[in-house]
Amino acid sequence: MLSFFIRRLILAVPTLLFIGLAIFLLLDLAPGDPTAQLPLTIPPEVREQIRQSLGLGEPMPIRFWKWMVQFFWVEPQVLIDSIFGTQFSLGDQRVLSWQSRSPVMDIVVQRIPQTLWVVGTAYVVAILIAIPIGIYSAYRQYSIFDNVGTFVSMVGFSVPPFFSGVLVIVIFAVQLGWLPSIYDTTHVVNDWDSFVVQLKQMIMPVMVLALQITAQLSRFMRASMLDNLNQDYVRTARAKGLSEKVVVLVHVLRNSMIPVVTVIALGIPQIFGGAIITEQVFKVNGIGQLLITAIQANDIPMVQTLTFIFAALIVLFNLIADVLYGILDPRIRYD
Amino acid sequence: MTDKTNPASEDMAPVGAVPSGDGVLDTGPVPTNPPRSQWREVWSQFIHHKGAVAAGIIFILIVLGVFVGPLIWPESATFIDIRARNQGPSLAHPFGTDQLGRDMLARMMFGGQTSVLVGIVAMLLGLVLGSAIGVLAGYFRRLDGPLMRLTDLFLALPLLPLLLVMVMLFRDGLAAAFGPETGIFILMVTAIGVTSWMPTARIVRGDVLALKEREFVLAARSIGTSNFKLIARHILPNVISPIVVSATLGIANAIITESALSFLGLGFPPDFPTWGRLLFDAVDYMQQNPERVILPGLAISLTVLSVNYLGDGLRDALDPRIRGR
Repeated sequence: MLSFFIRRLILAVPTLLFIGLAIFLLLDLAPGDPTAQLPLTIPPEVREQIRQSLGLGEPMPIRFWKWMVQFFWVEPQVLIDSIFGTQFSLGDQRVLSWQSRSPVMDIVVQRIPQTLWVVGTAYVVAILIAIPIGIYSAYRQYSIFDNVGTFVSMVGFSVPPFFSGVLVIVIFAVQLGWLPSIYDTTHVVNDWDSFVVQLKQMIMPVMVLALQITAQLSRFMRASMLDNLNQDYVRTARAKGLSEKVVVLVHVLRNSMIPVVTVIALGIPQIFGGAIITEQVFKVNGIGQLLITAIQANDIPMVQTLTFIFAALIVLFNLIADVLYGILDPRIRYD
Repeated sequence: MTDKTNPASEDMAPVGAVPSGDGVLDTGPVPTNPPRSQWREVWSQFIHHKGAVAAGIIFILIVLGVFVGPLIWPESATFIDIRARNQGPSLAHPFGTDQLGRDMLARMMFGGQTSVLVGIVAMLLGLVLGSAIGVLAGYFRRLDGPLMRLTDLFLALPLLPLLLVMVMLFRDGLAAAFGPETGIFILMVTAIGVTSWMPTARIVRGDVLALKEREFVLAARSIGTSNFKLIARHILPNVISPIVVSATLGIANAIITESALSFLGLGFPPDFPTWGRLLFDAVDYMQQNPERVILPGLAISLTVLSVNYLGDGLRDALDPRIRGR
C-alpha cells in the first residue's frame, strides 16, 4: 500500500509538470497582448518597457522556469513565513497579478473562504440528502419513490445551474421577495439576526448546487446498494435472523459506501473550482468568479496559477480516491 | 415485469406441448417464433422503456421545431422593431419580444438551430476521437500505455476553466479568419469535442480488450485478415452499443457546455443567438419579463433531459444481459 502510494505520488510529478506546461503553452500561444487595453497615446518604447516589467521580455522556456520557481519555491516560503513569522522569502519575486500588481496567492487566500462556505456547505447538504435517497430507492426498487427519485435526479442532471439559479432568483427573490438574489460576502455574523440573514442568502446558491450533486450521488448510491443487496452474504445475514434494519443499514450499507466514498473524494476538487457558474449567478466573489474576471481581463499569471491549482487538486484527489479504495476494500490489492 | 414475460412464454410453450396425460412426454418449451435480428430485438426492448420513448418523441419534436419551425413562422430573428420592445406574449409575438423588439419565437428557433447543431457536431467530433483512441489503445498493445496516459492527463485537466481560456484566447483569431459566426462555431465545436472524448475512449478500450481475445477474432486473423479490415469488420460493429450510448450523453454534455460558455458571455455574438446566449441576455430583464429567462432555460433543460432519458433507454436496450425483462 505504502509503495503504491509513493509510486503514484512520484508519477504525479511529471503529470503535473506536463499539465503546467500545457496550460502555459496554451496561454502563450494566445494572440492577446496585455498592453492592448492601454491608451494609444503611450509611445512604443514606453509600451515595450511596460511589457518588460510584466516579465514578457524573456523567451518562453525562461518564463516558464521563472513561473515554476515562483510557484513551487517562493510561494511555499511565503506560506512558512506567514505561519512562523520567519523571513525566508524576503526580497523574492512572487507571482504577481497583472490586474492589481499584488501577489496572486494573496488574492486566492482572500477568496477561498467564500467559495468554501457556499460550495462546501452545498456538498455536505448534498451528501446528507443523497445517501438516504439512494438507500431507500435501492431497497424499494421500481417503487413509486424510486421512480420519482430517478426522475428528479434526471432533472437534476439536465437542468444546468445557470437556469436553475436564475429560475429560483425569479421565483424567490423577484416574485416572492423572500430571499436576497445577491450573496453579500461582507456580511458579518455576530448575533441571531445576522445569522438568519446569512442563512437566507445561503439558501439559494447552496440548494442550486446541492441539486446537481445530489442527482449524481444518489444514482451512485442506488446502483451500489443494488449491487450488494443480491449478494450471498445478505441472504446469510437474513437467515441468521438479523433484523432487516441491521441487514440493510449495517451489512449492505457499509459495503455499498466503498465506491460512493471514492466518488465523494473525486468530487472535492469541484468544491474549490467547479462552481464558476453558480458563483457568477449569485455574485459570490469566490475562486470561480476570480477566474472569470481574470480571463476577461487577460490576466495571464492569475489564470495560469488558478488553472494549475485546479489541476493539482484533481490529481491529488484522484490519488486520495485510489488510496481510500484500497484501504476500505480489502479485496483491492495494488501490487 | 412478470406480466411482460408472460406473452413470450406462451409463444414458446404453446398449449399443444403441455403433457395431456396420455403418456406423451413433455418435450419442453419449443421456440416457435422465427429468429429475429439483433436490431429488432433492441427496438422491442427500447419501446418498453416508456420514458425513453417519450423522450425520443420530445427530442424529435424539438429538432423539428427549430429546423422546420422557421418555415411556418417566417418572422426574422434579427429584425429590430424598437417600438415593440419588451412586449409580453401576444398573438403577434407568441413568446414576446426582447429589448430591441426582436421576435422571441423566431430567436428561440434560430438559437435552437445553433445549440442543437453545436451539440451534434461536437458530439460527433468527440465520438470519432474517443472511438479512434479507444480502438487503437485496445487493439494495439504498444499504443495502449501512451494513449491511456494521455486520456488520464486530459481527465486531470480542469475542463471548464480551460474551455473558457481557449474561447477567450482564440475567438478573435478565428472570427477574423472565418467570419464571426463560422469562426465561433468552429471554435466551440473543436473546444467541446477535444475536451469530451475521454469517457468514450475508456469504455471502448475496455470492450475492445475483451473482444480481442474472442475466438471469432482469432478465426478472422487466422485466415489472414489485415488489421484494418479486422477492426472495421469485426471489432467496430461489436463496440457500437457503448458508442451509441456515449453519443447521447455527448449531445447533452455539448449543449450544456455551449450554453454555459454563452451564459458566461464567452460564446456566440449577441446578434447570432443560442439558447444560452438568450438566457444570458434576458437575465438583465428578469424583473420585467421573467418569461424571457424561463423559455430558453426550459428549452435547454428539456432537450438535455430528453437526450439523457434516450441514452438511459438505449443503454438498457443495448445491454443483452437485461434484455427481455
